[in-house]
Amino acid sequence: MHALDQAQSRGAQYADVRVVNNRTESISVKDGIVEELSSSETEGVGVRVLVNGSWGFASSRNLTTDEIDHITSQAMDIAHASGLVSGEKVDLGPKVTSQGTYQTPLKIDPFSVPLEDKLALLLKADAEMGKVQGVRTRQAHATVIKEHKQFANTEGAFTEQTIFETGGGIQATAVGGSEIQVRSYPNAFARQQVTGGWEAMLSWDLPGNGQRVASEAVALLTADPCPSNITTSLILGGSQLALQVHESCGHPTELDRVYGSEAAYAGTSFLTTEKLGTFHYGSPVVNLTADSVRPLGLGTFGWDDEGVPAQSSPLVKDGLFVGYLMSRETAAKLGRFSNGCMRASGWNRIPIIRMVNVSLEPGTWKFDDLIADTDDGIYMESNRSWSIDDKRYNFQFGTEVGYEIKHGKMGRLLRNCTYTGITPEFWNSCDAVCNADHWVMWGTPNCGKGQPSQVAHTGHGAAPARFRNVKVGVLK
Amino acid sequence: MIEEKEARKISDAILKRCMGNPAEITIMSNDAALTRFANNIIHQNVAERDAEVTLRYFIGKQIGTASTNRLDEAGLDKLVERAKTNAKTSPEDPNYPGLPEPETYQHVTAWDQHTAEFSPEKRARAVGAVCQIALEKGLNASGALSTGSGGLVVANTEGVFTYHTQTNADFQTVVMSNDSSGRAQESAWKVDDLAVEALGKEAIETAQRGHNPVKIDPGEYTVILEHYVTEDLISSLNFYGMGAQALQEGRSWMNDRLGQQLMSPLVSIWDDGSDVLGSPLPFDFEGVPKQRVDIVKKGVVMGPVYDRYTGAKMGKPSTGHATPINFRGFGPLAMNLFMAPGEVGVEDMIASTKKGLYINRFWYTRLVHPRDCVMTGMTRDGVFMIEDGEVAYPVKNLRYTMPYVQVLANVDAVGKASHLLVGDFGGIGVRVPALKVRGFNFTGSTV
Repeated sequence: MHALDQAQSRGAQYADVRVVNNRTESISVKDGIVEELSSSETEGVGVRVLVNGSWGFASSRNLTTDEIDHITSQAMDIAHASGLVSGEKVDLGPKVTSQGTYQTPLKIDPFSVPLEDKLALLLKADAEMGKVQGVRTRQAHATVIKEHKQFANTEGAFTEQTIFETGGGIQATAVGGSEIQVRSYPNAFARQQVTGGWEAMLSWDLPGNGQRVASEAVALLTADPCPSNITTSLILGGSQLALQVHESCGHPTELDRVYGSEAAYAGTSFLTTEKLGTFHYGSPVVNLTADSVRPLGLGTFGWDDEGVPAQSSPLVKDGLFVGYLMSRETAAKLGRFSNGCMRASGWNRIPIIRMVNVSLEPGTWKFDDLIADTDDGIYMESNRSWSIDDKRYNFQFGTEVGYEIKHGKMGRLLRNCTYTGITPEFWNSCDAVCNADHWVMWGTPNCGKGQPSQVAHTGHGAAPARFRNVKVGVLK
Repeated sequence: MIEEKEARKISDAILKRCMGNPAEITIMSNDAALTRFANNIIHQNVAERDAEVTLRYFIGKQIGTASTNRLDEAGLDKLVERAKTNAKTSPEDPNYPGLPEPETYQHVTAWDQHTAEFSPEKRARAVGAVCQIALEKGLNASGALSTGSGGLVVANTEGVFTYHTQTNADFQTVVMSNDSSGRAQESAWKVDDLAVEALGKEAIETAQRGHNPVKIDPGEYTVILEHYVTEDLISSLNFYGMGAQALQEGRSWMNDRLGQQLMSPLVSIWDDGSDVLGSPLPFDFEGVPKQRVDIVKKGVVMGPVYDRYTGAKMGKPSTGHATPINFRGFGPLAMNLFMAPGEVGVEDMIASTKKGLYINRFWYTRLVHPRDCVMTGMTRDGVFMIEDGEVAYPVKNLRYTMPYVQVLANVDAVGKASHLLVGDFGGIGVRVPALKVRGFNFTGSTV
């Protein structure tokens, strides 16, 4: 509150302050050896001010009154400098006066679980992978996070929240001749992550999947390569589809990108504002939602970093593009209200528009029926590489594993699978989405955006879905 | 930023709490500021002050790590307690080679007080000049100018105490019209070495020349790659194979190729932590002095960089390339890379090309397959068709999927000017020239 008083007394028309403490515990096991067992803590305060319609922000690890005075003053000076190269005055829209506390629902506080138990779980999973001949490198990993955050603004908001995250996974790498193959579980890069407690880690049963994952990595060494440069039906598994949603729906619906704020770094978006409510982003079976309320989602919280309450809003409804991810400032520019998507990666960063949980809503298909209904195609799962252009049109993804589908049955294993397409063409070719029984909230804890760079943790619910006439097999 | 005297005080306070147990401390501090602009106005403008201490605590070969930015007595108490608990819990690492002993390292001057004190007003005026020119040309400028200072201390119970401070500055801009864009960037440790306005004009000129781009068929082309592209080539080869860990795990492009002529004889790549033409750091995150390491010499693969852990596994000494502890899982990395310049200007490369493409920048490049460092990505911010030795017309962006090893094997000419670019990841500096490459394959194009 001291910082807010200081800012207002010095002429700020708006100010907010966040005090954040983040504790992270990471354990990594490689080939039976503990590669990392670390505990980290970072805390600090960030003050954001709006002066004459221009922004300034300053932050420090030091929480003393003197230092808070210093950074408040620094933020004011920075805002005045911003005013030297300014345009329209910033309009934040309606005031935000949120009050309250929030804590991630959980069963087992991940910091209450003894380190010995966490380590034992990973070493057991590692040992299971080690039972398979031919694996070159085995990795098992766990990360638990507790972030305590207080937010206040000059409009009267004061919120306090504690977010818990639990993540981890396993990965096996097999090497043979010039071939290198990887399999991961439960998510690509050995890192599924959710908001919640240690119960999530236990539910994934890493040891129980160790031998399967290792065997698949070895089998991939001698699997047939993905057919080259053909067009076919493609069924994507849930975790790969989650990343497809992240890259080709989540990012292009960020309204700051549309308005050019990220042009020099993350890029812009093809989903320009005249398309809102008129553009057929996907086929009628495509429904995409942004929410910050669903259990387990890495975008689930009480309030965003502007104090806007958690909520749910449609982005694509029956294939029609209907909504953006918004901040107060960008929503006001569009004549809408913020849907609470401003998130900062820590005390030393400003909030920018980030995905919350951007999900593909479940359809009606059972997975087995979807395979049986596919005469000729490929099933791909678990991301290995991802790339998309700066407007989010042209993408290419690679997956760890693929299976040929012939006459309604899954067939031979395929290695080095890739597929490519143009975002709206791809989503308009979607003709089937699996039902809620197959729907999982996946975590993407490595989303980069902003300058200085920020890494956000985002959630993406998805069930397997089918896409027609997709180009696959581009390796060279 | 934490001065040397204060750093010694902090490290002594931590080591005292370790009660004679072997321990290693790193202290990283930074004062950073960044002015960001888009649509020809400043829209984000930030500053931060931070310092983080990381402690590795050893009980024999049991290792525990903790870090904090709380440097008060209570914070340091908790730091040591957590690292000790982690060490007690962790099984022994039989490969742990022990702490290094003190060695002499070459002090490097990379400090510029003017850069450290560069004000938000000065940053605003610098970017404002670029915005004004773009505005006058009917274009839209975006980008960022960052300035700051940082310090690194590594100390251990064997008597190592290394200290390095550095200033840094970076300017990058993308200038757009409705159907074109251009980009320019440069990094330096002296802000006055950045020609901000000239870089802005470079991006503006590229954007102006890019109107009405033509969609062309994907396929194989000779390409002139600006130094921005070369930075991506070299950085990718670094992340996916210049470190000994990748080699030991069989996933490096160097595997089974040491001593072989893998790339064009025109290609030489080395790392030199002491060279102030880059982003220097004279010792690594274990406090080991950095050695100059030839990675590729005239196209021949010379070998990777090592830290103590990977070096011990292969009976080699560390070359001083240990990464920060929270990135130790990546293994050692080159941190101050150089590619040897050639004797040809970009204009001469264009003039000598019958048919080809000039490419300003790659974007969103990702590993598809590690063996030959097969990468996919898009072109961005300036692609032009070259016909009969002249730039003929702008081209719409293209997707490629190419083994970067092959790209460097196909180098026909190397630019005579080299430029420093510092990436987002760990402040790794790369000084690189432009390249002319034959047989570059594009697999698709965008809307």
